[in-house]
Amino acid sequence: MTPTPEERLAVALARLILDPAAPPARHIAVGAASPIPAAACWLVKRAGHPVRLSLLHREEANPFTEGTCELFDLTAQGRIDLFFLGGGQIDGTANINLLGTGEWPTAGTKFGGVRFPGSFGSAFMYMMTPRTILFREEHSPRVLVPRVDWISAPGVSPPDVFRRGTAQALLTGRCVFRFDPARARFALDQVHPGETVASVRAATGFDFDVPDTVAETPAPTDEELALLRGPVAAEMRATYPGFCARVWGAA
Amino acid sequence: MFIPLDDLAARIQDGALVALPPDNSLTPSALARALVRRGVRGLRLVGVPVSGYATDLLIGAGCVAELDTSAVTLGEAGAAPRFLAALAAGEIVLRDATCPAMHTRLQAAEKGVPFIPMRGVLGSDLLAHRPDWTVIDNPFSPTKDPILLLPALAPDVGIFHAVMADDEGNVWVGRRRELATLAHASKRVLVTAERRFAGNLLADETLAPGVISGTYVEAVALAPRGTWPIGLLDEYPADAAHLLAYARAARTREGFAAYLAEHVASPVAAAAE
Repeated sequence: MTPTPEERLAVALARLILDPAAPPARHIAVGAASPIPAAACWLVKRAGHPVRLSLLHREEANPFTEGTCELFDLTAQGRIDLFFLGGGQIDGTANINLLGTGEWPTAGTKFGGVRFPGSFGSAFMYMMTPRTILFREEHSPRVLVPRVDWISAPGVSPPDVFRRGTAQALLTGRCVFRFDPARARFALDQVHPGETVASVRAATGFDFDVPDTVAETPAPTDEELALLRGPVAAEMRATYPGFCARVWGAA
Repeated sequence: MFIPLDDLAARIQDGALVALPPDNSLTPSALARALVRRGVRGLRLVGVPVSGYATDLLIGAGCVAELDTSAVTLGEAGAAPRFLAALAAGEIVLRDATCPAMHTRLQAAEKGVPFIPMRGVLGSDLLAHRPDWTVIDNPFSPTKDPILLLPALAPDVGIFHAVMADDEGNVWVGRRRELATLAHASKRVLVTAERRFAGNLLADETLAPGVISGTYVEAVALAPRGTWPIGLLDEYPADAAHLLAYARAARTREGFAAYLAEHVASPVAAAAE
């Protein structure tokens, strides 16, 4: 079976979720507009790993019976182990920008900037969740910048600021970076098929470390692809109809 | 308790601070269309906790002066085009927030306290652009522990759609309890409902936990398919094709005007509601 790019990314995310070196992810939450992270979570669950999934936008059997504020209350108490965030811009210290570029985004686009949708829960979730996996499919110098124009949520905080965790890793369409919060710096971990250290370097606006050996991101197995196309697709169709039709065709 | 939809819209004054849920909750799309027809001006909208189709529609129709929200998006249909255009033209004032801050500020109003602390946010540029938010040192901590303080938020009017409403003004929203917080925090609550429930919703032990008490509700208008083109819980799905068509049309002022003429202003569309 030949994996689609989305399936490769979902499988790479699933492996980051299951990373034995990271604290266990017993309860994972998935926010708005995150079909690939949602697919990765369902893949982990349908592969038989004991994990509780709370998908904010799921209609059927949504676990939040106290409203959408319950996700944030759970996270505030430390009951959510892992969350996913992206960014219109992400920089080398793992700051994320969901606000926009150019003049302060409230000034609008007339100054040559681009307005992104807004920060959603990032300013809170990034700091209150023990593990965050950063995910952005587009890997280009305009997204991965030396310094974000505006910080929706900071990658690292001073020692006296209460914070449970930060980025574990950053997955893009080209590679996997690991994040070292002590040094506030990314290191290249895996490159996807067709990519090299040089091609990643050329597409990345921030500086990062490169270890002696950089592995190729392992391809999805036939078992993983069968799970994605069967039970995972079935779980996701109601919430992400457009995504599922594009990746897996009509139901 | 039950009044016509356009009468419900008439109860929302120009310049009111109006809070509403986004497209994954019980968004009051039919009421937003009625507000456009009524020609309301200067609304200060609050996204609970983000904003979607109804907000973009009201902005495009010139009904909005200010927006306090954590994001504006049409979901799978993409960016909110009239929001972006109004922002670029300087036609609206935007106050950027983060989702839990919206809920937490409403919870403070619900409890009748003037402010409330919340974790996170320190180090975000949101803070520098919110003169109404402040940071204090936790007075109960033996060590330095800076924490954000948020002012309570009591909207002039809370608006949302409900699945059922009874003659006592009790409305059923199921598990969307963020709407209960919104109702408790708002000075006035105006609700559209999919259908009338014959009897008292609070008399049924199974239904009661999903009910917002009529204590909080000023008036209800029946609006079948009232969230359309947004979906309504397990009642009907979102009209994805319509949302895509809206996102396309609303890219230009002309396209948006044509959309309003076809789907908002015409007597046929109004009568269907």
